[in-house]
Amino acid sequence: MSRSLSRRTLITAGLTTAGSAAGVAAAAKLAARYGLIPPDWNGIYGPGETLTYAAQRILTSGHSMAREFTRGEISKVAQVSGDPPKRDIYRHLSATGFNNWRLSIDGLVARPASFSLADLRKLAPRSQITEHTCEEGWSFVAEWTGVPLSELMSLVGILPQARYVAFFPFDESWDSLDLADVWHPQTLIAYAMNGQPLPAEHGAPARLKVPRQLGYKSVKYLTRITVTDTLKDIGSGRGSSSPDYGYSWYAGI
Amino acid sequence: MADSIYAPGIAVSTAAAALPARHSALVRVTHWINALSFVGLLVSGIGILLAHPRFYWGETGGVGTPSLFDLPLPFMLGGPSGWGRYLHFQSAWLCVLNGMLYAASGIASHHFPRDLAPGRDLTWPCLRDSLASHLRFARPAAEQAWSYNILQRLTYLAVIFLLFPLIIWTGLAMSPAVTSVFPGLVTTLGGHQCARTLHFFAAIVSLLFVAVHIAMVWRAGFRKRVGAMITGRVPEEGL
Repeated sequence: MSRSLSRRTLITAGLTTAGSAAGVAAAAKLAARYGLIPPDWNGIYGPGETLTYAAQRILTSGHSMAREFTRGEISKVAQVSGDPPKRDIYRHLSATGFNNWRLSIDGLVARPASFSLADLRKLAPRSQITEHTCEEGWSFVAEWTGVPLSELMSLVGILPQARYVAFFPFDESWDSLDLADVWHPQTLIAYAMNGQPLPAEHGAPARLKVPRQLGYKSVKYLTRITVTDTLKDIGSGRGSSSPDYGYSWYAGI
Repeated sequence: MADSIYAPGIAVSTAAAALPARHSALVRVTHWINALSFVGLLVSGIGILLAHPRFYWGETGGVGTPSLFDLPLPFMLGGPSGWGRYLHFQSAWLCVLNGMLYAASGIASHHFPRDLAPGRDLTWPCLRDSLASHLRFARPAAEQAWSYNILQRLTYLAVIFLLFPLIIWTGLAMSPAVTSVFPGLVTTLGGHQCARTLHFFAAIVSLLFVAVHIAMVWRAGFRKRVGAMITGRVPEEGL
């Protein structure tokens, strides 16, 4: 009696394990096909990170818009995170009013190009009043003005095999966005904040603004943008320098 | 029965075989997974909190703006808290998936109406007596090891159906991606910083619940009650 019971238990346990493993493998394959696996999927926190990214990408697939506010709700104090880059080139550009600054766009594009501040200001601007939420817990509301990233991508002719766009500032950090956020209408290359040129501490001369993610995804002090089909060859291959410091690549939270 | 005096081990095993399980296997497994996820959420929650131990009310708040209250701690104690978010969400997924399994099976197996719904003792005198005996820290009678008392039932129901959903709601209300789809999640709470502050209060209440829960288990007989939650069996009194 007990022998047959234990055999049945063993067979059931074996089939359940095999079934679960096959299920997980099939789900992973399906998720990869629909772009639901984040670049920092491996490691001990990979399962939670993948679930969060996949769930939120499915949830936001209807191009949901981050909440926007009125001018009256703009915060009087905007907390700052980090110092401007200390590199000589950045100091020099800053001292000369960023007149010689260029934002270059290369990689998987038909027409690589670089844009001066004047070039960016000539393109149709978009303004939005959104909340900047820091992963530490603080937040502020500000008006950001700039060029939609999608507009720049159309100008340079993003190629069909592109999957990510990587952003490099004047310091050692870097980050990247998937195409869902690249084409999102609220994703801006912002050059003004609350109607004024972007202050140094908020990312002068231009920064990324991705209001559907936490503040640290909105890379400041931009100098170069690269379009790519894989993030494996950049940095430690996890989509951003954030995972190197313990922060997740996806920050929709 | 005289045998049990001389060979208690045998008596226990026959008694245990004859008696139904105190807690079903599913309740036992989900209880301990929940305990594990709670530890993960607590440790990572503290890690996140240490980065900015101030609370605000309304939509926005930060250094240079008035706070609702400040914890007596410096900023960024414990350094960057990125690991805290990774661990918090990993634990939250474990907690939510496990909780859904518990709730679904609890409905299917009639666990909620049978074991947790208040019975005829849902009266003010019964509640008063139960509260008084809890406050006296009285050791529960042996037969109480087989069911939940009225105060316990009401507390468990409140934790499962009020506190748990409130923690998830206030947590999701802090997500800019989730609120882009469901802005009502955060606007009904009064803003992003309200959600954060309420999430903190809900976490404190859940921590208090766990502290009282462990204290009560201790008073009722730690080894027996924890044993019952592991094996499902209630040892005979006096052994």
